[in-house]
Amino acid sequence: MEAGFFPRDRFQTLLDALRQFGYRCVGPQERDGAIVYDTLTRAEDFPRGMRDLQSPGAYRLEPTDSPRFFIWANGPQALKPFVFAPREPLWRSERTADAAIRFSEINPAPEPLAVIGVRACDLAALRLQDRHFLEGPFADPGYAARRRNLFLVVVHCTHPADTCFCVSTGDGPRAAQGFDLALHESDEGYLVQAGSDKGRALAAPWALAPATTTQQQQADREVEDAARRQIRRLPSRNLRDDLFANLAHPRWEEVAERCLSCGNCTAVCPTCFCHSEADEAALDGRHSLHLRQWDSCFTQGHSYIHGMTIRADTRTRYRQWLTHKLGSWHDQYGRSGCVGCGRCIAWCPVGIDITEEAAAVCDGGAHG
Amino acid sequence: MVNPHLPLEAEVVERIQESPTIFTLRLRFTDPVKHAAFRFAPGQFNMLYLYGVGEVPISIVSDPQDEHLFDHAIRVVGRVTRGLEQLKAGDRLGVRGPYGRGWPLKLAENRDVMVVTGGLGCAPVVSVINYVIRRRDNFRRLVIMQGVKHSDDLIWRSRYSQWSKLRDTQVLIAANVGATLWPWHVGHVTELFDKVEMDASRAMVMMCGPEGMMQAAVDRLFEHGVPEDSIYLNMERNMHCAVGLCGHCQYGGKFVCQDGPVFSYPEVKGLFDVKGY
Repeated sequence: MEAGFFPRDRFQTLLDALRQFGYRCVGPQERDGAIVYDTLTRAEDFPRGMRDLQSPGAYRLEPTDSPRFFIWANGPQALKPFVFAPREPLWRSERTADAAIRFSEINPAPEPLAVIGVRACDLAALRLQDRHFLEGPFADPGYAARRRNLFLVVVHCTHPADTCFCVSTGDGPRAAQGFDLALHESDEGYLVQAGSDKGRALAAPWALAPATTTQQQQADREVEDAARRQIRRLPSRNLRDDLFANLAHPRWEEVAERCLSCGNCTAVCPTCFCHSEADEAALDGRHSLHLRQWDSCFTQGHSYIHGMTIRADTRTRYRQWLTHKLGSWHDQYGRSGCVGCGRCIAWCPVGIDITEEAAAVCDGGAHG
Repeated sequence: MVNPHLPLEAEVVERIQESPTIFTLRLRFTDPVKHAAFRFAPGQFNMLYLYGVGEVPISIVSDPQDEHLFDHAIRVVGRVTRGLEQLKAGDRLGVRGPYGRGWPLKLAENRDVMVVTGGLGCAPVVSVINYVIRRRDNFRRLVIMQGVKHSDDLIWRSRYSQWSKLRDTQVLIAANVGATLWPWHVGHVTELFDKVEMDASRAMVMMCGPEGMMQAAVDRLFEHGVPEDSIYLNMERNMHCAVGLCGHCQYGGKFVCQDGPVFSYPEVKGLFDVKGY
């Protein structure tokens, strides 16, 4: 579909239309010094002119005079919490009077949710989570229900952070597919393109003027400039063989001396899917809730097995994370598990840089 | 959409104490329709749920043709197994499964079969032994090799004695420490490989136990001319979901719950001697 032009002062129209279609809108807002996605009803709530400065172990917002809403790269959240809930009940069991156990499903009934300001990297990550949670032999009902109810408004990225490297993973800065609406932001407004029937239905009543050639060229140029400005990159899109040929590389030991094994990287990673399950029994013993919540391969418990821990030290945990993310994802899902969002670099309390570690481990010679 | 997380209620029909720390639960789904529909292959496992506590993966030891009940031999190690140990006949628990890929028993037909186990009585391969003995004409020689730390750790001792009397069957057992009247070898189980009588080039070997012991056994099997793709191993990793979602059981690119727990040696050899996977 041809792009149409949408002036910024009509942004409220978009929010109202989404609400009319039954969606709760979440969009970027400034909270506690970071960009977060939260419920948004008024166009004034967007972080106008707010720029993010990201570097290893650092994230800072800085106001500018720009009229734009989306001149930040990303915040700690991706789409992950909206589809893969950080904590949710899976089922409930009940002890009846005759000592039988009755199991009941907990079917989530999520409200339709529109996310505004989705990035190409996060859309690529959502595609990977879809493959994991929906396209294996057992589809996850909770994820499926939330995923079905999602309306995605992408904004092509024009302001990558220093931590971004989506160009080298092939996932950005422009989103190619998988969205309902895609916006390109300029100082005047937005070029709007629908990517789904839902998106077309939403935009149709606006009767937008077609984007001019100049507007289109400026949009393309801004995204191309954004791609050129990225300073980080992974050595290659497939590091599987290089990583597994280097499991004894001294770099693992070295990075383990810096890594706190805190799991921040796995929490902010938009593709990390590990979770643990546990029961929460009622105090009167009559029923129990079986819950799952995000887990991390950096915890002691993650690899616990009958009395021993497979990954007792930080070296093996960091190695597990990196060789999975950039290596064995290829076996599991046909591509790397990294989309180049750079969150793990910025939100690591000691500033460990995945691109630097990957390059150091895959530096040439094998350290079997 | 079928909810893959939801257990079904099952009833303990019988509980058997096998050793001070190992017990068998003989189970039946309380819903007769669900019970009748339940099918599994040797080497597959179920998730057993102890009410209010949690789930654990436990392999199924009974024969797939015993449709009356299905059995789980359980060693007491953690919170859930300690609780399961307290269950008595008539008690209820949750069960979901079966999961995973079992032993390559079709491939093993008309070949010599060797099972190697180490540690405290290895339930996953006992299902293989029983399977072969019940279909004895479908297989050639059966070699059973079992290593334990102390002779008291050997469970199902009388069964091993019975098996050793069967035709074309060889039972080789070793205990690092043997009590008095211990009729088998004292020493390491890998010392017994020279005694094995089978057609090594055509044998199918299935093993379970500690990975160090399995690696040592694989090395000895290679010396005896067993091809690597005729060796199958049962892998164990932390598991919460058993349906390939929770990520705990990953072994390189494999999910042990889905791609295993039984793997051919070539599938795992890349990481087998690397600690931390």
